[in-house]
Order: sequence, then C-alpha cells, then structure tokens
Amino acid sequence: MKVTPTDMAGRHLGRTTRRRAAEAVVRTLVYAAGLLSIVILLAIAVFLFVEARRSMSEVSLGTMLTSTQWFPTGTPKIFGFLPLIAGSLMVTAVALVVFVPIGIGAAVYISEFSAGWFKEGMKTVIEFMAAVPSVVYGFLGVAVLIPWVKETFHLTSGMTALTGGLVLGIMSLPTVISISEDALHAVPDALRQGSLALGNTRWQTIYKVVVPSASSGIFAGVMLGLGRAIGETMAVLMLTGNAAVIPGSVFESVRTMTGTIAAEMGEVVFGGLHYSVLFSVGLVLFAITFAINLAADLVLERQRKRWRR
Amino acid sequence: MVMSAVVEEAVMDAPYGVAEPVRTIEHAAEEINGSFSLTDVSVAYGAETVIAGVNMLVPTRAVTALIGPSGCGKSTLLRCLNRMNDEIGNVRVGGTITLDGLDIYQKSIDPVDLRMRVGQVFQRPNPFPMSLYDNVAFGPRTQGVRKRDELDAIIEEALKDAALWDEVKNHLKKHAFELSGGQQQRLCIARALATKPEVLLMDEPASALDPISTQQIEDTIAELKNMVTIVIVTHNMQQAARISDQTAFMLRESMDQPAHLVEVGETKRMFTNPDDRRTESYITGRFG
Ligand SMILES: Nc1ncnc2c1ncn2[C@@H]1O[C@H](COP(=O)(O)OP(=O)(O)OP(=O)(O)O)[C@@H](O)[C@H]1O
Ligand SMILES: [Mg+2]
Repeated sequence: MKVTPTDMAGRHLGRTTRRRAAEAVVRTLVYAAGLLSIVILLAIAVFLFVEARRSMSEVSLGTMLTSTQWFPTGTPKIFGFLPLIAGSLMVTAVALVVFVPIGIGAAVYISEFSAGWFKEGMKTVIEFMAAVPSVVYGFLGVAVLIPWVKETFHLTSGMTALTGGLVLGIMSLPTVISISEDALHAVPDALRQGSLALGNTRWQTIYKVVVPSASSGIFAGVMLGLGRAIGETMAVLMLTGNAAVIPGSVFESVRTMTGTIAAEMGEVVFGGLHYSVLFSVGLVLFAITFAINLAADLVLERQRKRWRR
Repeated sequence: MVMSAVVEEAVMDAPYGVAEPVRTIEHAAEEINGSFSLTDVSVAYGAETVIAGVNMLVPTRAVTALIGPSGCGKSTLLRCLNRMNDEIGNVRVGGTITLDGLDIYQKSIDPVDLRMRVGQVFQRPNPFPMSLYDNVAFGPRTQGVRKRDELDAIIEEALKDAALWDEVKNHLKKHAFELSGGQQQRLCIARALATKPEVLLMDEPASALDPISTQQIEDTIAELKNMVTIVIVTHNMQQAARISDQTAFMLRESMDQPAHLVEVGETKRMFTNPDDRRTESYITGRFG
C-alpha cells in the first residue's frame, strides 16, 4: 500500500488508496456507459447499412434519392424516395407550426402564471399526455380531425398532410412543454426581480429576460419535439392517406418514410430487393434525425460558449 | 408645487412614537425630490405581521442605513418602497408611504412606473445573461429610448456614475458573466441608474463581495448620494457608520410580536450617543 503523508495526529492527508480505487471503478463504469451508447448507435447504423447494401448496388443510392416516384410493386419497380421524404418533411413542418407556439406558450403559462395545485395538476396532465399510446391519438384523429379537415377545407378526403401534422403536433406537445418548462423554471428568480425592479411589467420581464435566458433549453425541447414528430409512425399511417406522391400542398395525401416502412415491411420477401430498399429508407431517416440532432447540438454548444464562461 | 404642502403636513402630523424624525439633515423635507415619508407602516405575510408601526422620513440626497438583526424585516421594509412586495403573494402593507408627497399605494399608482423612479440593487449581483451594453440599456429601452447615440450617452453616464466605465469602456460587447463579482454588482448599479431614478434601494449590496470591491461600492455610494436618495440595508456596522447620514435601527424583540423601529436618527449621533439602550448594545455587537 502506498503510504500517504500524515499530519501530526497521524491522520492520512490526501486520498487513500482505497478511495482512489473506488474512484477508478466509478470512473470506468461511467466511461463504459458512455461508450456503450456510442457503440449501440454505431451498431444500428452498421446493421441498417448491411441490410440496405443490396438495394444500393442494384438500384444505387443516387437513383433512390433523386427519383420522384415510388412504385415498389409495379413493373418496372421504381424506388424513388423523394415522395416519402417530402411527405415526412411536410407533416413534420405542420407539426412544428403547431407545437412551437402552443408548446412554448403553455410552458410559459405553467412556469410563470400558475402556482400551487393547479400547476402540479397541469404538469400531471402533460405527463399523462405523453403516456397515451400513439394509436389512440390516431383514433382521435380518425374520429374528429379527418371529418373536420374535410368539411372545413371542402376536400374530397380528410386524409391529408395537414391532418397528420396536426395530430403529430399535439403528440409532440408534452415533450416540448415539459422540457421548456424545466428550462424556464431554472431561470433564477433574481433575474425576474431585477427586471421588475427596473420598471418592466411581468410580460416584458418574460419576453425580454426569462424566455431569452431559457432559450437553449427551449430550443432543445423543440428539437426533441421535432425528433418525435419525424419518427412517429402509427398516427401518420392512420391519418395521412398514404399516397406516395410528392404533395403540392398540405391538403393532399402524403406517405411518410416511417409509414412506408411500417406498412410495407410485412409484405416483402425477406432479403429481397424491396426489403433491402426499405432499409435504405430507414438509413435515410436515421441520417436525417442524426443531422437534426447534430445541428441542434452545435447551436446549443455555441450558445453555451457565448453565455457561460 | 401643490405636493410640498402635503409633504409638510404629513411630516408635521405624523404620529411619531419612539422614533423621532430627523431634522438635522439638510433638505430633509424642503426639497421634494426622492424623499419618502413612512407613517405607521406595517407589513404582514399572510396572517403573520412582521413589521408594525414604522414612522420615519427618508431624506433626499442622503444615505439612509437600515440596520438590525437578521429576520427583523429590513428587506421587507425596503421592498415596500418600490412595491416589490406586490410580486410576492399574500403580502399586506398597511399605513401610508409617500414619495414626494404622493401616496405610492393609492389605486392610481402603477408599481411599474414607481419602479422607474425607485431603483433597486440586490444582495447578489444579478446581471442579465447578455452583454454589458444591453444590461445597462435594458431600462432605457423599456422607457422607449431607441436612438443609438442617445443610448450610448446614457450608458456611458451610468457606467461612469457606477465607477465602472474605465474598466469596461473598451469591452461593452462583452458578456456580463465575464465580469468579476464586484464588477457585476457595479454593473447592476449602473443598470439601475440608467433609468434615472430618484431613489436607489440597496439590500446588502456588498455582502457577497471581497473587501476591495466593497470599498469600491462604498466609494460609489458616496458619489451617488449627490444625485439620488439612497436607502441601504447592511449588516456591517462600520459600513453603516462610514457611508450613511441617517440610520434606522429595527428590532423584533420576540417572534410573537412584529418588529418595530427602535430608533432613527443622524448616524453620527446614533453611533456615538444612541438614545436607546438596545441600539447601543446592537451597535457595539452585544446581540444580533
Ligand atoms: N416571502 C415571504 N413570505 C413569508 N414570510 C417572509 C417572506 N419574506 C420574509 N418573511 C419573513 O419576514 C420576516 C422579515 O424578513 P426579512 O427578509 O425582511 O428580514 P431581514 O431583516 O431582511 O433579514 P436578513 O438580515 O436576514 O436579510 C422574517 O421573519 C421572514 O421569515
Ligand atoms: Mg434581508
């Protein structure tokens, strides 16, 4: 055992060997946990890539990414991802328009204007919203939103990008609200007091001090909401009509990447070309979500650098 | 002016108890520019009355120190003067508080307007997470100042008054969190001064700072009292003696009765020859 210097009473100064060993174990465990998540992520990418390899050599990634038609069972078979990517993006854009203002607004309301049991009640309801299975949101959309969209906009079908996007927006709300609320809650009260003492109203205080101070957390919430929306499968499958055509507006039927994979995976020949193409779709989806997260991280990192030194 | 009559009346008729109003300090009641008059002020949090029967004058362009043991209600009394108590739920303020003769608790007064006239500096520096410039420009922008050169001038003046200008004049775009604690506190003073208040309330503004920063803050206060009325809460007796013209000593003698004002008077006299035994023992450090 390595002897550490002792003080006059004979106590060990500095860290003992045992404490050091414990620290090393904990450090290794934490390190391993971090490494594991990277390994899992890489494994997913590799797995997708291996299964998608056949489609890449037989159809080529360039063709799949630029072709505007999706006829996986026609003659000839056409595997163009553009309609699916466009469908996913359009539905997600509608969701974004819904959940950004409502989500941030609700978070501000809960954090800044409610208190006591009401506040707790609201938070519980939001948590509950997150726990509702997506197929239930799908039912709700089928029963309420599809007829409503059809009537309001005088369409032949209520199954549109708008319908799917609205429901996705609602589904993403809990994520956006709870993360934004946490960020607002973390803003020190001293900043609110400082602003009020300068003669700002509560509203001015909120939009000039509190929300900007919480902006990185709110941004993270929006990004996670975006991730939830783009990855959601069941509700869009039930609500968007699933026409694999590049949509001209939100009032048209769309088919998303996730919807395509879920709907067609059950009917393809295992290991066949169509099967492999679907893995290519998955790979594209993976790349898009990865890019969104990366971009979000970069923005957050830049903000942290600017704000806290 | 019509108000001056009201002030004088309030001053003359105010039912003073233990505490005698200060008449020794120049312009105590004559000038009506940022002087408070408190009459029978009490504050209750919910059912608990924590302060009662406070009568005192806060003279203009002078430093008034509020001293007393922890929990005796100094911060609470201070927050009455800019109505920051309104922002805490369930607070009731009784009695009358007038600023230059104007009852600041009457219905027609908007606390937001009041706070532009009565600024506050807090115990811990609380700069906003933005640049130095934007911090100081914050209040003026709220007041509607938009022109760049106008803002520049206000900011320079406020930073000079807060004795921070020389240190930061070339780094106004710097983030406020990059300053030291003492600099941050002077930034907060500049921020409060930029709205051109008549009164500056300071709640233990130097208690989180090192001795040198404390010294700088005290120097700043000495300069500022030519421009604004200052009310400062402090736990530091030497500091109160050094920087204030008037001292008010508050005491809560037991938890089942509210705190009251034991003595208020000219600082020099209070520290050399206090009227009340309790004041003497507090100042000399025998309790609290
Ligand atoms: N927001 C609040 N709600 C309820 N009671 C409060 C609140 N703020 C203060 N009090 C009570 O009012 C009394 C006076 O508090 P205050 O903070 O004004 O004392 P203080 O003299 O400033 O003390 P210190 O020197 O420790 O800052 C205390 O008994 C405290 O518990
Ligand atoms: Mg206090």
